[in-house]
Amino acid sequence: MATYSTNQFKNGLKIILDGDPCSITENNVVKPGKGQAFNKVKAKNLRTGRVLERTFKSTESVEAADVDEMNVEYLYSDGEAWHFMEPTSFEQYAADAVAVGDAVKWIKGQEVCVMTLWDGSPLAITPPNFVELAVAQTDPGLKGDTAQGATKPATLETGTEVKVPLFINEGDILKIDTRNGEYVSRA
Amino acid sequence: MTKNSWQSTASKDVIIERALMLKNIRAFFDAHSVIEVETPLLSHYSTTDPHLNSLRSSFREQTCYLNASPEYAMKRLLAECQQAIYQICKAFRDDELGQYHNPEFTMLEWYRPGYDLLQLMEELAALIETLCRNTTIEPGFEYLSYQQAFEKVTGFNPHQITSSECYQFAVSNNIEIPQGLTAIDEVDDWLDWLLTQRVLPAFKKDGFTFLYDYPASQCALARIESNAEQVAVAKRFELFFGELELANGFFELTDADEQLRRFQQENQRRIQAGKEVAGIDENFIAALVHGLPDCSGVAVGLDRLLMTLSRTKAIDQVLSFSWDRA
Repeated sequence: MATYSTNQFKNGLKIILDGDPCSITENNVVKPGKGQAFNKVKAKNLRTGRVLERTFKSTESVEAADVDEMNVEYLYSDGEAWHFMEPTSFEQYAADAVAVGDAVKWIKGQEVCVMTLWDGSPLAITPPNFVELAVAQTDPGLKGDTAQGATKPATLETGTEVKVPLFINEGDILKIDTRNGEYVSRA
Repeated sequence: MTKNSWQSTASKDVIIERALMLKNIRAFFDAHSVIEVETPLLSHYSTTDPHLNSLRSSFREQTCYLNASPEYAMKRLLAECQQAIYQICKAFRDDELGQYHNPEFTMLEWYRPGYDLLQLMEELAALIETLCRNTTIEPGFEYLSYQQAFEKVTGFNPHQITSSECYQFAVSNNIEIPQGLTAIDEVDDWLDWLLTQRVLPAFKKDGFTFLYDYPASQCALARIESNAEQVAVAKRFELFFGELELANGFFELTDADEQLRRFQQENQRRIQAGKEVAGIDENFIAALVHGLPDCSGVAVGLDRLLMTLSRTKAIDQVLSFSWDRA
């Protein structure tokens, strides 16, 4: 079992806390002058996204998490799993609904996503920051309505609903920011 | 590396404030007839302190160390010159990095022959009062013994507590227990932890506090004497601004045999902690044999003092180039 000592702690280091892989986001030395030092750590649980706070007596060891990240291409979904391929080795990975999470709202096929692997299994999928998707359904905008910032709902080809400006029509290809789920422009 | 990483992490105002602070410190010691000295930053010896890790370098393929503190060398000068001395120098420590730590930092250290611990605390307070002029800091000082400070907030006497009692105290008061700190660890580890969790947060937020008469087991290079209740305590103090430690002072141990014994004990603790044994600086021991005057000495972290004076929140903000840009 690989371990890290507290003096190896730094941002981005992957460790196991409460049985889950976590990524350190903050590491501070607490030391009341001379004497024993402690490390106060914030870490993001890579499975749940929750942030944990933990303190360690310095020189304590913590189990390392075998976490990798790689770029993969989204192939298709069979309803139970989402299939991705590493484009140089052509190796395929099946991610379950938990791992795919919100990424499912933005991917239809061929997007390059970041896949986080824990002990070789898909743990999380991060979609590209921007995707281009067609509008499957939206009501026609009212003619002559030029109010600034007015929006209406539109359903994309992935089934996800987003707010779009009134001039958008069915069949338009839209650029969407997946980090906040907002319309950016027509593609 | 970001686009602006060539630039200083301190503002121009703080860079100027540092220059002023250094000038005022030198003027203070000049007026008090304390002479400025220089000692090597690079040494053949590291420190035996089990909680400090020296940075290592090499000269002609021989390992040498960047000094973690100028203490040993300054005491050698003191034994020879028998007069008040001060130094402003860099000190280096491995593994120390964070909001209040940088692996390289600036230290002010001075020694006063004939002074006891209280006289030195008062001189440090006088220096800080001088430096607080033209700042928004009101220089007020509280003096608390280690025992008073603990009794006030925990109700227990730190000189009589055990590790398992500390553990019980933490559990029943819902205090987080760090991973790796157990009921069989040394009581000093527990006292250090409870100090950060209960005692320091009760200190005046916007003022200075002297904490003195530490447990004898935390004596480091201080003398051990009996207090009014006939309990052996270390004649050592630390100065805090709010919860931030600024300085550590000793009524200095001058007994060479006792010093050597403590170094050997510290090395035993280094072995137990899986750390490398530190060579014992024989020149320092020889200086004690020759004779160190009765004296008190203190080390002040000048970067943290500048953080206090400039009301900045992180050490990076007072360093020209903090570690990530050094």
